[in-house]
Amino acid sequence: MKNDYSIVLSGEAGQGIRTVELLSIKALKDSGYNVFSTTEFMSRVRGGNNTTEIRISDKEVQSFIDRIDILIVLNKNSIYRLENRLTKDTLIIGQDSFIDDKYKNGHYKILNIAFSSLAKEIGGTIYSNIIIYGLIAGIFNLDLNLIKKYIESNFLTKGKEIIDNNIKAVITGYTKGKELKLDVKINTDDKIKSQVLLSGTDSIGIGALAGGCNFISAYPMSPSTGVIHFLAKHSKEFGVVVEQAEDEISAINMIQGAWYAGARAMTTTSGGGFALMEEGISNAAITETPIVVHIAQRPGPSTGVPTRTEQGDLNLVLYAGHGEFPRIILAPGNFEDGIILTQKAFNLADKYQVPVIILTDQYYVDSFKSTKAIDFSKFKVENHFIETEENYVRYKFTEDGISPRGVPMHGKGFVRFDSHEHDEEGFITEDFDIRTKMTDKRLGKLKSFSNDSIDAEIIGSKNYKTLIVGWGSTYGTIKEAIEEINDDDIAFAYFKQVYPLPDNTKEILTKAKNLILVENNATAQFGQLIKKETSIEFNTKILKYNGMPFSVEEIIEKVKNKK
Amino acid sequence: MKTNFDFDQIPETGWCPGCGNFSILKVLKETYDELNIDPKKLVISAGIGQAAKTSQYINTNCFNGLHGRALPVATGIKASNPDLLVIAEGGDGDMYGEGGNHFMHAIRRNIDIVNIVHNNMIYGLTLGQASPTSRIGSKTSLQLEGVSLEPFNPIAVAISLGASFVARAFSGDMQQLKEILKEAINHKGYALVDVFHPCVSFNKINTFKWFKNNTYYLDENYDNTDKIEALKKAFETDKFPLGVIFKNGKKSTFSENLNTYKSDKRPLFKREVNLKEVEKLFLSL
Repeated sequence: MKNDYSIVLSGEAGQGIRTVELLSIKALKDSGYNVFSTTEFMSRVRGGNNTTEIRISDKEVQSFIDRIDILIVLNKNSIYRLENRLTKDTLIIGQDSFIDDKYKNGHYKILNIAFSSLAKEIGGTIYSNIIIYGLIAGIFNLDLNLIKKYIESNFLTKGKEIIDNNIKAVITGYTKGKELKLDVKINTDDKIKSQVLLSGTDSIGIGALAGGCNFISAYPMSPSTGVIHFLAKHSKEFGVVVEQAEDEISAINMIQGAWYAGARAMTTTSGGGFALMEEGISNAAITETPIVVHIAQRPGPSTGVPTRTEQGDLNLVLYAGHGEFPRIILAPGNFEDGIILTQKAFNLADKYQVPVIILTDQYYVDSFKSTKAIDFSKFKVENHFIETEENYVRYKFTEDGISPRGVPMHGKGFVRFDSHEHDEEGFITEDFDIRTKMTDKRLGKLKSFSNDSIDAEIIGSKNYKTLIVGWGSTYGTIKEAIEEINDDDIAFAYFKQVYPLPDNTKEILTKAKNLILVENNATAQFGQLIKKETSIEFNTKILKYNGMPFSVEEIIEKVKNKK
Repeated sequence: MKTNFDFDQIPETGWCPGCGNFSILKVLKETYDELNIDPKKLVISAGIGQAAKTSQYINTNCFNGLHGRALPVATGIKASNPDLLVIAEGGDGDMYGEGGNHFMHAIRRNIDIVNIVHNNMIYGLTLGQASPTSRIGSKTSLQLEGVSLEPFNPIAVAISLGASFVARAFSGDMQQLKEILKEAINHKGYALVDVFHPCVSFNKINTFKWFKNNTYYLDENYDNTDKIEALKKAFETDKFPLGVIFKNGKKSTFSENLNTYKSDKRPLFKREVNLKEVEKLFLSL
């Protein structure tokens, strides 16, 4: 009896693993199961080995685990990369010829199902995926009528023959799944049925629309591109200007033109693309143009491991751009926060007229999860621009350093933005006193930021002695790990605002006797930042930088060793 | 004569006495005035360089941003508020060198802006290096043996990429420059106006006299709607033709092609997002 299952689909690029994943998690979620899925893939369009892990659980989960309960293999090279994740309890399902003899030594449970032969009988190997979908539905005893209905709506435009064949395929798989008689004892919950199945990418896209985003320009770069695709798909309903820029330099400048003219604009990129944007970030800083930049991190330097994950670009973002100026960096760890923080990013950018960066990574954007409804009535799109008077000046010295921002054609004044050091009116100046005053003004803009600052969240025991510190996408994994460890002395501090450091940082860190830092990078970049700002040092660091996210087991083991 | 685009106090410019930019500035202000353009509806997006400083000397809206980046900024502005008249202005190094990639793609977008390029075949602000349009053999402070690179041909490039308006003028003929600018502003779609002008401090080769001797006016009977004829003109370099070299008023513009303005003409700053609709979308995922 198990109340937590992990199914791993393993095959090569181009075999349609994603289709099985998306169909299955939707059917499972709609049947009341908590689901989470995450994908790791090679940088190629065909071949190689890609895997998707689907978790079905009693409890809410949002994390990658090493353990594989059911491994479904789609081609010959599907197992070797997963060897160290197999246990004696793992059930390997696939065509006999796809399972190498060395695995047939009695250590593993093996079930031969020749998906492609079965598919050929139905009408072609193309139906293999739907048989697998049926198999999963059968294992978890989903309502067959519901599955048939999904098949019909999914293939609606393909004609009767295709629909009929797919239904045959799904029934074939479903029957096999039922025959397995796996002792699945996962409780379903009707509340989950009404939840939303969201990807990390979707969370940023929805958050952007809720923040009033009506302009996006970006240059395609994995793994960040999903966000501009999402907004393109919904550009008609929401009137979003969507433009694929010729390069990242263009994108970052285009969105500044857009904000200048009164739009709420963003760009999306990864580390390499952001490196090209740096000059533009600096330009936004001195012209005091609000901007929102989403960065989905992947391992560098340079091309690095382009389809993999890493939290390696925090320092890049912290110090991006020549000259001295403030910025805000947010790092959602779950999809609710992805929506809430991206929504807020637009308001913060507009209010403080500073670059606001949303930092995610491949693991975050490419994962899916059943997600609770969000209260949209709490959201407010705050426009901070003003209707200008005749003698409007753009860079007026004010008490809080924030000069009211005008928009051309809105009011009687001229709106003059300047990238040179400038006077209050926006004219080039080399007056030393004005230069000093303007620098102070810009650097002081976040003085009142406390009101908007988002505290780190403490998960677990309030009377902790050991505090695990993590930020962004490691959230789900660390959370599940400490729930498993279930020790009253341990808590997890989840930082979703990484810069400026939240006001409660020092307080929560000094309360712990033992600090453990968890980062998906090699140099503990967030740890360095905390040390610089608070003088608090982490003696214990759990770091991973092979391109894969942490697994729950890995965190449990390392925390237990270092507690 | 004072125009609507002059400041109450004349700003001190950063240009050398005798610089061609003075004529261009004067013509620009008069052109805007004569076309009765509302200064509140005009935006100048400029890069960096002596030419880009023009934006500092005209009393209107401006975004004086980064070197080479005036075109993406102008694109963002125009796409967010199509009611604005947007000028992207800079020099030959700014637009054709640093901003070369943006130049190509702004043309392809047919964004409805006027791209004014002050082309003096030299870098002024950085003290006299070759520009993309410097002629082969020109000796400069950096190209000591003379330029060996093929000069960039903005007119041919623009026509090839489907630019809907391509013109060349000379600051020495202010009347013709004004006429061309008026036509460019009235044109729907991307308009390139490449303006030859002398740099008195750093370009001792392509002087006022040189431009005068090495240019000619397009014939009255020249058909500027014929792309192949226009390309032939673009490749004439022993004497450069002046005038509107190519024009196609039938192309749809970038803003016209956007979903954003198909049923709603309001600029983005006048719009509000319907959060109920966003919530609906969220729940439908």
